[in-house]
Amino acid sequence: MAYTLKMKLWRGDRSGGDLQDYDVEVETGEVVLDAIHRVQATQAGDLAVRWNCKAGKCGSCSAEVNGRPRLMCMARLSDYDPAETITVTPMRTFPVIRDLVTDVSYNYEKAKELPYAELPPRDADGKRRMMQEDVERGQEFRKCIECFLCQNTCHVVRDHEDNKVHFAGPRFFLRYAELDMHPLDTVDRREVTKEQAGLGYCNITKCCTEVCPEGIHITDNAIIPMKERIVDKSYDPLVWLGNKIGFRDKDRDSRTEA
Amino acid sequence: MTDVETHRYDVVVIGAGGSGLRAAIAAHEAGAKVAVVCKSLLGKAHTVMAEGGAAAALGNLWPDDSWQVHFRDTMRGGKMLNNWRMAQLHAQEAPERVLELEDWGALFDRTKDGLISQRDFGGHRYARLAHVGDRTGLEMIRTLQQRTVQLGIDVYMECTITDLMRNDGKISGAFGYWRETGSFIAFEAPAVVLATGGIGKSFKVTSNSWEYTGDGHAMALRAGATLINMEFVQFHPTGMVWPPSVKGLLVTESVRGDGGILKNSEGKRFMFDYIPEFFKAETADNEEEADRWYEDKKNNRRPPELLPRDEVARAINSEIKAGRGSEHGGVYLDIASRRTPEFIRKRLPSMYHQFKELADVDITQEPMEIGPTCHYVMGGVEVDPDTEMSGVEGLYAVGECSGGMHGSNRLGGNSLSDLLVFGKRAGDAAAAYVGSLSGDRPALADSDLETAERLALAPFASPGSGTENPYTIQQELQQTMNDLVGIIRVREELEKSLGEIEKLKERARHLQVAGDRQYNPGWHLAIDLRNMLLVSECIAKAALEREESRGGHTREDHPGFDDRWGTLNIALSINTAGDGVDLATQPLPVMPDDLAAFFEEGH
Repeated sequence: MAYTLKMKLWRGDRSGGDLQDYDVEVETGEVVLDAIHRVQATQAGDLAVRWNCKAGKCGSCSAEVNGRPRLMCMARLSDYDPAETITVTPMRTFPVIRDLVTDVSYNYEKAKELPYAELPPRDADGKRRMMQEDVERGQEFRKCIECFLCQNTCHVVRDHEDNKVHFAGPRFFLRYAELDMHPLDTVDRREVTKEQAGLGYCNITKCCTEVCPEGIHITDNAIIPMKERIVDKSYDPLVWLGNKIGFRDKDRDSRTEA
Repeated sequence: MTDVETHRYDVVVIGAGGSGLRAAIAAHEAGAKVAVVCKSLLGKAHTVMAEGGAAAALGNLWPDDSWQVHFRDTMRGGKMLNNWRMAQLHAQEAPERVLELEDWGALFDRTKDGLISQRDFGGHRYARLAHVGDRTGLEMIRTLQQRTVQLGIDVYMECTITDLMRNDGKISGAFGYWRETGSFIAFEAPAVVLATGGIGKSFKVTSNSWEYTGDGHAMALRAGATLINMEFVQFHPTGMVWPPSVKGLLVTESVRGDGGILKNSEGKRFMFDYIPEFFKAETADNEEEADRWYEDKKNNRRPPELLPRDEVARAINSEIKAGRGSEHGGVYLDIASRRTPEFIRKRLPSMYHQFKELADVDITQEPMEIGPTCHYVMGGVEVDPDTEMSGVEGLYAVGECSGGMHGSNRLGGNSLSDLLVFGKRAGDAAAAYVGSLSGDRPALADSDLETAERLALAPFASPGSGTENPYTIQQELQQTMNDLVGIIRVREELEKSLGEIEKLKERARHLQVAGDRQYNPGWHLAIDLRNMLLVSECIAKAALEREESRGGHTREDHPGFDDRWGTLNIALSINTAGDGVDLATQPLPVMPDDLAAFFEEGH
């Protein structure tokens, strides 16, 4: 079924802008990004929008659709009433470049501070062995498509620009957790996660998990376990005593502190 | 000197997909100063969409597998038109390139013994694809991206290169613009590695993203390099057909590798009717044998659903044309009746998600509707198989924008491994080449930069002088290529397509874009169109010339192989006026006897 969709799209740049109205012909089965492409092709050739795969796999087309942070390629028009006006604005946490495109360089700067996997030498036959159940925790986090919707939604930085300096954000907590749960990695990064990545700022409101298009349990499976691991290290009296009298956590045996 | 922002490097890599990042890492590790320049943000390149896996004869599940078997499968899949040396290097080096990713933090799915698991795919004798569910490309790009960042390699994101610069016939650098601001940028570098991917955006129904506009192909042509095998375009058998928004979107071959079958509207498993003579000896001719093969590869032959992609795509096309298609013009791909919901969700999580979210189809309960979609171009820049250097000194090409490796048809899984193997080789070779130059480096010429600048700004010509909308021209080109140079071709239509492309080229001289230079997609498309038109002409011209059917090139008026064409490549180069392409045939490199022996009876 074809119908005319009413849209409000934010147009502007760093110096300012506003919502502009567009009427665009759409069909059932299309997504918000299709409608925006049609506006581009027929009414506003210079409408800026970032996108690549249009299949929910690359995480480029993040924006706020009717106020909700989501991928435009996965926002189906059939989820909205045909009479409803769809409003699309750029992600709010990042500075706008133009129209729906924001400057997400904060994330790429944070990525440069990240640790990386440090594995021991391979087995004698030149291969490595890890069990499926042991890689699965990390695999969940590696599903991340870097759409940065979690970063956009996290209130630690959404309304507090100055926190960006000290806070890596949910996307990158996934990376710290992934490395800490990697079955072969050799480094203990709990101190780094606390000090450098600012995990302590997070008060587990789960906003990040709610907007993750990949359904990654960011809070439950990455952030909370990392917080617990850090706490265990610093404050758990049994762990403290164990360390004192020479008992060691076997899981940590193969790791040295970063 | 013009006032263009200029940077100096040893090696500039254009493109940040798997091959570009692997090349950059290799060149950096070899001691070169390297920049990666990419049209999108880092980590968004097309590699991210690859699903199935990377083919490598690790022998983790089937110890009988070896590089020799992989080499043979690859050559036969390409209908023997592959550059034999590339196919050999690829099969030999892929296992180490995959293991290296694991060293850098990749988490592949495991076998029961804890080794990297491998999955079945079309045309591969053994389960050979290292994978992570059905999101292997994401794992690969993230691993390479993290490695690139770790090594501190400079990345210029959302920066489009429009032309290569030469001095006295040698590469001297590249020219482009920042998408964010529209301001120009130049790189002075004696070595440039093209890793720009494919051309699929010239077709209407495609699994490819907006970036696939043949930039590397076209820039190489204009710089004096040749392209080979451009007539061979792979139509992946299984793209989504409905809803309209996702038409063409890829449905991974893993669905068939993991047990999925194809059925027509009559419920018939039709692939048994389409087993070609060339693959008869190794393909099961009944359902019982085909189903036994998944567990016992020694005593059974492969199911026909796992024939190479060209065969399966043609078969689907024939069923649809014969009126046995599905409701929305495809056929049915059924794994729901063959595997448990748990197995499907575990092995094919992205497919489950994709159909659920975008088509309201639960693939654990009902079949998918699928049809062929333009997926990959086998053709690309002609390169030296060992170093990936093109005919132009200092210019390298890797991955989809290079040609030869896959012959007339690529096997699934051979792309991700291709990116790694030849990315590394090109990076090493480019660093060595720069080292050999000592201080004697080709310089950028002001006049070339000015020409490139003028060309890039042409679509902003004073209002009134231009009349054409770039989006309209792109849509018409896509329709033309789809209708006239698609999966089944015939002389009259190919001739007509060349006429249409000429008309579009003429109209593209009068483009007019709205707005200014800041993040302006209309302007970006206008610049990309120049490349799309040139590459489309290459495909149509080569397709008209090759009067036979082989791999990703099917001529209705010339069905079947023609042995004369079996030893020839079609090579394309830019014409003297610089506004079109010339075509020549040249002999295929001849395989040495020890490798040729793999293809004799009994193997």
